[in-house]
Amino acid sequence: MTNKVEDNLLEVRDLRVQFRIDKANTFDAVKGISFDIPRNMTVALVGESGSGKSVSALAVMGLLPVENARVDPASGIVFDGRNLLALSAAERRKLCGKDMSMIFQEPMSSLNPVFTVGFQITEVLRLHMGMSAKQARTRVIELLEEVGLPDPASRIDYYPSQLSGGQQQRVMIAMAIACEPKLLIADEPTTALDVTIQKQIIDLIISLQQRRQMSVLFITHDLALVAEIADRVIVMRHGEIQEQGDAQQIFAHPSHPYTQALLHCRPSLDTRPQRLPVIDDMMQGDKKTDIVLPQRTRGYAVGEQPLLVVNKLSKSFFSRVGLFGKKEFKAVQNVSFTLPRGKTLGIVGESGSGKTTVGLTLLRLHTATGGQALFDGKDILAMSRQEFLAYKRRIQIVFQNPYASLNPRFTVGQILMEPMQIHQIGANDQERTALAFQWLHKVGLPEASFHRYPHEFSGGQRQRIAIARCLTLQPEVLVCDESVSALDVSVQAQVLNLLQDLQDEFGISYIFISHDLSVVKYMADQVMVMHQGEVVEMADSDELYRHPSHPYTQALLGAIPKGMHQPR
Amino acid sequence: MSMATLSSQHSPGLWTLAWRRLRVDRVAMLSLAVVLLFLLTLVLSATELIAADWEVEVGVNYAPPSFVGAQSASERGMTEAPATTAETPPENPYDPLKDVIRQLRAEMANSAAPSVTNDYGIPDPLEKELTEIRSNQSTTSVSLEKQETLPLGADKWGHDIIKKTIKGAETSIIVGLVSALLATVLGTLFGALSGYFGGWIDDCFNWFYSIFTSIPYLLLILAVAAVLQQKGVTTIILILGLTGWTGVFRLIRAEYMKHKEREYVLAADAIGASHWRKMFVHIFPNVSHVALVQMSILVVGFIKSEVILSFLGFGVPVGVVSWGSMLNEAQNELILGKWWQLTAATVAMAVLVTAFSLFTDALRDALDPKLK
Repeated sequence: MTNKVEDNLLEVRDLRVQFRIDKANTFDAVKGISFDIPRNMTVALVGESGSGKSVSALAVMGLLPVENARVDPASGIVFDGRNLLALSAAERRKLCGKDMSMIFQEPMSSLNPVFTVGFQITEVLRLHMGMSAKQARTRVIELLEEVGLPDPASRIDYYPSQLSGGQQQRVMIAMAIACEPKLLIADEPTTALDVTIQKQIIDLIISLQQRRQMSVLFITHDLALVAEIADRVIVMRHGEIQEQGDAQQIFAHPSHPYTQALLHCRPSLDTRPQRLPVIDDMMQGDKKTDIVLPQRTRGYAVGEQPLLVVNKLSKSFFSRVGLFGKKEFKAVQNVSFTLPRGKTLGIVGESGSGKTTVGLTLLRLHTATGGQALFDGKDILAMSRQEFLAYKRRIQIVFQNPYASLNPRFTVGQILMEPMQIHQIGANDQERTALAFQWLHKVGLPEASFHRYPHEFSGGQRQRIAIARCLTLQPEVLVCDESVSALDVSVQAQVLNLLQDLQDEFGISYIFISHDLSVVKYMADQVMVMHQGEVVEMADSDELYRHPSHPYTQALLGAIPKGMHQPR
Repeated sequence: MSMATLSSQHSPGLWTLAWRRLRVDRVAMLSLAVVLLFLLTLVLSATELIAADWEVEVGVNYAPPSFVGAQSASERGMTEAPATTAETPPENPYDPLKDVIRQLRAEMANSAAPSVTNDYGIPDPLEKELTEIRSNQSTTSVSLEKQETLPLGADKWGHDIIKKTIKGAETSIIVGLVSALLATVLGTLFGALSGYFGGWIDDCFNWFYSIFTSIPYLLLILAVAAVLQQKGVTTIILILGLTGWTGVFRLIRAEYMKHKEREYVLAADAIGASHWRKMFVHIFPNVSHVALVQMSILVVGFIKSEVILSFLGFGVPVGVVSWGSMLNEAQNELILGKWWQLTAATVAMAVLVTAFSLFTDALRDALDPKLK
């Protein structure tokens, strides 16, 4: 942490940010943090959701909402020797985009959908550099070439909706580096992208940083990613800095228990303990982490009677072309697999591979265009709706987005009672309420949650409610459609442990769909890799990860950020 | 971050939170008070506690408001029935009955009893029958003194304007509320079916929607009113309700199309909810605030529509008073310079419409789902 003062590009001293919730209450998002960003270095700001990392970056850029955010005037933000908080709004605007720029998490919503890509980048150039339209256009094509967008001369006139997620993010990066900034702030730029694209974007940022000698503030929640890219690491939690220092140092010898917890909670590709450690275990400081938990073995046993057999499942989406034409998009093609009782099948793939569609089609939320799914011998895809109603009890689904899968107008109690009322479980409402309390207890939520609304809960808690909702029907198969993807690392570990406990106790079979290979390896007995609607490879999980045979699987595994060697 | 409070077992729902937000808004509370005042007069009037006797002619014709002062006899002029005079009209030499009249006048001069004479200066042989008819026609007893001025004046027949305004409020507000309710229910139902099912059901409803919206609204309601021969408050309610559902339909349909794809609906499907359950137990609570605000807007619109209909003579029948019929009468009165009926109806309507509109705005803000 010893820098000469003139080496620091950005110095933040005792930054405090408050949000006004309503007339009486304020919320301290950032509670006095201090850090430096030296010149020509990549600093990673790590933390879970709610830690205040994005808010700090927005405070530096001056992008916090004026109506309810308040930066304490006693804070100090000194950029290149100038106190940013003392500048007027106009002067600050001159800095933004020119010396300091930012790229955001969701490229689709950060780009203006009604303007072409080229227009948006030329805007930056013309505003700050005063170029003419023609000069700006030439420069933009150069920039798009530099960020690796294929065929820049024609892509320059594309609208954002015509580009893929990775390409949109490249466009954002081009816009950010257009005016040769000294500091690039990247706020979770790869969280919304697939793992192979993520690797490309990270490589791009690293090469740009080296080539242009700029500093990068990289905000993320993924520690493995940090190890690939950062020189310095700052760990934040609940608005305060827990630890900061050299990246090597932090990974080799993390001093703060929170950092240790973050490093341990992620399922790794090397080990598979019975339970994942969670933050609370580690923060207690009671030597639970010293106990080496036994490894859990996985794999399909020979001769197991399958509960669910899927043969050549297909789903195509049709769209109208012209007046009479029809265009077919094959989302799922000829997918076949078996699922025994009490075991987990992992479905891995990138976005667009069709894995979610498989899950939804099995639940008959989409109508399959072909194939059969034999549940205990009977084809659930061919049944009538009435017949299938009975099977809805036996196969259930937990969705990805915990914020959208619960009806905001229902209390938790109503959410849990409804499936029981529909399927006539329990003799009357008192019995059902008692059962609901039981399930709440089982998923680790307090009984008082019964009368609360979903918006009062965090993402992880909402996902537990969703799991409890499924459990009220006591299903035999549970489809987990990217159920932990939207959750923080520590919360993810808790939910995975919960799922595992339920499988151990009730013998539920899981179809675990995810794009996160480490999580799938931890949870699944057998793994099915999907690419563009087809099954590319299927094998027992240990086998797959050790000896991937298909080149696509190999590419996927190669793209996982390796991170530093994690301490035991 | 869960903000679990230990204080209350039941956490506040949407409506409780909206009410809390509404309570602190002073404009909203004021306009709500005004609206409630009007509703109170509506209830009192409907239960005949006040203004039940609006048809009693308590004032002289066109009695001016108290603050203006009584009319002079010359102003009342031609509309007055000719007063009985004591003068005998001169003899008409061309009258074929002139001899009979001379004889009857001589008899009258001889007899001392004063009697009511008619236009010819002779006692009216039908006098008894005429007084009986007159007392039947007029609902005042002959002995009641007609007042020269009334607090807000009188109309052509001497009805009290205050009572007419109150009764008119009853008619207009009932029409506004009930037809708004009808239109909202229809629009919500159609919108829900259309947005949720899509396909040919959607096409069907869209076809109806296009028909109803392609005809200019005023012409549409006039056409329907002209076709439906029966006049009455129920007819107006039906007309307005059956033509006014289009705005609600479009909004609710869009909301349903949006919510149908949401994951909580998919989750409801996964646990086995039927179509009706999904539509009205799951999705409807999420769009009810939209429907409520639309209904509020429609109330104001339909009060105005009813006034227009009655003004043009297609609205309430003759015996019923509404603000529109008051304005209709005011049309002719204005030429004579009698402005009080027009003012009373206009001011009452303006106050109600303004208060209701302000309240609707505040309600919409309070229910804004983005805040939660």
